[in-house]
Amino acid sequence: MASDDDQKVRVLGVWNSPFSAMVKLALKLKGVQYEYIEEDLQNKGPLLLESNPVHKKIPVLIHGRKPVAESVVILEYINETWPENPLLPNDPYERAQARFWAKFIEEKCGRAIWTAYGTQGEEKEKAIKDAEEGLKILEEGLKGKFFNGETIGFLDIVACGIAFWLPVLEEAADIKFFDPEKLPRLRCWTEEYTKVELVKEAFPPRDKLLPAFKAYRDQMFGPKDSST
Amino acid sequence: MGEKGEVKLIGAWPSPFVLRARVALNLKSVDYEFLQETLGNKSELLLRSNPVYKKVPVLLHHDQPICESLIIVQYIDEVWPGPAILPKDPSERALARFWAAYVDDKVFPAMQGMMKAQGQEEEKSVIDQLLGGLQLLEGALREVGKGKRFFGGDEIGYIDIALGSMLGWMRVTERFSELKLFDAEKTPLLVQWADSFTSAEAVKGVMPETDKLVEFAKILLARFKSQA
Repeated sequence: MASDDDQKVRVLGVWNSPFSAMVKLALKLKGVQYEYIEEDLQNKGPLLLESNPVHKKIPVLIHGRKPVAESVVILEYINETWPENPLLPNDPYERAQARFWAKFIEEKCGRAIWTAYGTQGEEKEKAIKDAEEGLKILEEGLKGKFFNGETIGFLDIVACGIAFWLPVLEEAADIKFFDPEKLPRLRCWTEEYTKVELVKEAFPPRDKLLPAFKAYRDQMFGPKDSST
Repeated sequence: MGEKGEVKLIGAWPSPFVLRARVALNLKSVDYEFLQETLGNKSELLLRSNPVYKKVPVLLHHDQPICESLIIVQYIDEVWPGPAILPKDPSERALARFWAAYVDDKVFPAMQGMMKAQGQEEEKSVIDQLLGGLQLLEGALREVGKGKRFFGGDEIGYIDIALGSMLGWMRVTERFSELKLFDAEKTPLLVQWADSFTSAEAVKGVMPETDKLVEFAKILLARFKSQA
């Protein structure tokens, strides 16, 4: 009889990371039970170091004894291992489009948003412009209620940072890059997305996220002053 | 296989990313039309087919564009029958995707960094990153390839394509920097692998000659310096 340990699913993550949230959401959408293990990034545990020796980063999915690292790689693994409720389209062309936009979101939107949050002055200004451009392009790519159509899929999962973290980072760093007037589709998408029950379960509460990100920024640059 | 008109690849002969698409198409014996771009003068077709990045490669299948080299390779693998580029097992696929992402995130930027490095300190840091990365890939070849010729086993697979496409530029880097990237002592498996990849049927007709790449690199460097 196959050991239960071979099927056990564990997720190593950090509570306020969108990348951890992505993995949890994907597992929930597939109805997969998992054990979540919170990592202390200042004091990385042996399980993390063993299961992701190359990058030593979260999230890591451990299925039985097999570790899988890198959030998008994990999402594809989850989709392929548990075939019910597919997260990616069946059509190869549609699938390629989803993968393309996922990469775009990570590289053009995500990076700029986090840079704007984590910097000051000129670097921050440039990152804000980059984020605005990225979001504008993304707006055009959103055709339906969700990126995946009527229900949430791979691309919506990857874009979770935009729905949840972006407003928090805007407030914590005193930035505005999401203009709801200019991005009506993304605005609707954010509203619909944050209403979904499983999404609410997978994501950390905003009332904990905001103080945390305000505190990190204060640590980096001193208490918030209106000049930056 | 297939009507020649139905598959086109917009590319440029020096690009390692374009090479990935060409090797994948060759592995599947797909007939295609190669549309060569000129440096500094992007075609209308390219700008229309990849408006977001305006970069090669772009695969056009029945005039529908697919962009981003690794996404193109996965598309080719999913659409055309023939030898599997990605393995069947989900955890092996995850490993393949992980290492391909590693090439793009760590190895390629380090190589670029070497060409652009200003000063010895910057160069040393980039060299360390590159050599460290190759050492990890040596380990990956041992673990994933299990003693066979390629990461993919007896045949070229996804990681082989991701890394092998970089070989031409790695040889250019070796010439410019007088650094040995593949070393019979430190990376013996990769040394043999590099030969196997370069001489493989799907690769040898399309891999650019190192001498031509060196000349091209000189032109690029001159442009880069004049714009600095």
